[in-house]
Amino acid sequence: MTADHRAQTTLPAAVSRPSSVVIEVADLTGIATIQDLGRRGWNKCGVPTSGPMDWFAYRAANLLLDNLPNSATIELGLGEITLRALRNTVLSVTGAGYKVENYVWTFPLWTTFYVRAGWTVRVKKTSGGNWAYIAVAGGFDSPVIMNSRSTYLRGGVGAALNVGDVLRSFAPTADLLKLAARDFDAGWRDLPRAPNWQDTSGATNFMPYSQTPTIEVIPGPQADWFTAEGIRAFYESEYTLSPSFDRMGYRLQMLPSPSPKEITRKFIKELISEGMTMGSIQIPADGQPIVMMADAPTTGGYPKIANVIRSDLPLLAQCEAGVSKIRFRETTVEEAQEKYHAIAKSAIFATKQSPC
Amino acid sequence: MKEKSTLKPLGDSAILVQLGDAIHPALNARVHALDALLQTIPAIVETVPSYSAVLVHYDPLATSYTQIKNSIEEKISLLNDSTHRPSRRLEIPVFYGGASGPDLEPAAATLGLSPSELIRLHSERQYTVYMMGFTPGFPYMGILDEKLILPRLSSPRPRVPAGSVAIAGSQTGIYPIDSPGGWHILGRTPLTLFDPTSENPFLFAPGDVVKFVPMEIP
Repeated sequence: MTADHRAQTTLPAAVSRPSSVVIEVADLTGIATIQDLGRRGWNKCGVPTSGPMDWFAYRAANLLLDNLPNSATIELGLGEITLRALRNTVLSVTGAGYKVENYVWTFPLWTTFYVRAGWTVRVKKTSGGNWAYIAVAGGFDSPVIMNSRSTYLRGGVGAALNVGDVLRSFAPTADLLKLAARDFDAGWRDLPRAPNWQDTSGATNFMPYSQTPTIEVIPGPQADWFTAEGIRAFYESEYTLSPSFDRMGYRLQMLPSPSPKEITRKFIKELISEGMTMGSIQIPADGQPIVMMADAPTTGGYPKIANVIRSDLPLLAQCEAGVSKIRFRETTVEEAQEKYHAIAKSAIFATKQSPC
Repeated sequence: MKEKSTLKPLGDSAILVQLGDAIHPALNARVHALDALLQTIPAIVETVPSYSAVLVHYDPLATSYTQIKNSIEEKISLLNDSTHRPSRRLEIPVFYGGASGPDLEPAAATLGLSPSELIRLHSERQYTVYMMGFTPGFPYMGILDEKLILPRLSSPRPRVPAGSVAIAGSQTGIYPIDSPGGWHILGRTPLTLFDPTSENPFLFAPGDVVKFVPMEIP
């Protein structure tokens, strides 16, 4: 079968833009994949949406460069990458838990910087996050598979980056010098800011990245499968991310407490497999929550106690294993959507294209 | 069969529409009928039909929760007993047993059947693809003859080869790509179920009617 024709595709029907070679992967540890906004329309065939683990950092990386909003970026997870520029260009790096080195200079995240042909740029892991997004002026040109450039390794859709890979990019939408030296926090776009819910980090006013976040969730379709004590245990406990996390799912470990609690079930019953989204929190037999992430299977058979709201997915995505202390708080769909609207109005979704 | 349908949010960008709580052909037919009706709602990004439910992904910037619920409920009201979608019919060649079907003999022994009886009971029925999930292109098909019902393997295999035809519970399925698997492998089909670079990447679609055809090895 072919794609659902009503599905919002991430790419225009027939885009034929010229591209040219821009950077080479000179060194790499960890996993680096190309991701765009995600692959929509194929979930019903068992293909996950994929796309960025931290959609906010991904969007900001492209926004900073005046790229089309679904332009492909490199997503780097728990590793380091060294890129060699093969021509002059401008890069942006966003996310959390990384720093950018270029010879003697260190660039902060959430900025853009000019690189000359021949220069090497190293994105190195620090602490305080898991995922970085590297965007190039114009956006990367990589193969489009089932309407998207997002990589889904388990399904063999796209491939991870390797040392020696040469990447291409489309033409920038503005003069390179205009795109360089931008700072996401400095209000360079002179756009309205979202309310500061928790102004705990210096990185950005829009997304309060933290290793001790309170993640808002909507009660799940099987919340009534759990006892009142079980529900209370879920919301009153603190969790950290288990080190065995990946793009498919985040296993959470309940942190020790003076009165350990269990997320107890009212009854034992098999759930008939049904669809899930990124952010769905399943409680399997061992009682430890698993949060579905970007490459999670499209359907599942464990009860879902809650679902992380879209606005808080980036916060959860950047929680470090063993270090983070995560709490969940219940909210309503209406409140969650208001929060998302506020971020959207703050121009993270803007598609301003400067004349070339 | 008209159980009450329920709409529950799955986060702030999706709604789970549960039409019932069973694996049943008539209920699944309603699921696919509703899935087809939902495609005309503009704010819907995509839908995921399953055995007894449809997950509706919508764009929260294009609609409100109340509006999308109303649109969905309106479509549910259009469902009736005669709502029918034509299904495609596919025949799937299968090499049963041997290296292609390592569980054929053990499963037959557990079920008290001869291997050829097991093959006959598996291949003489027509199955409906209830849903797809688990991996790209994996079809969940039913319903098996009740003489073939087995629980999943107590220890899943770390790697099941692509094309493996398998059974578990009252379901039968085919693994489209190499993956771990806990179902009993009866045989293998040479057909490609999933090719991401093809214009039509999937052999199956939810709602298809499928028949397995045993192949002789000369």
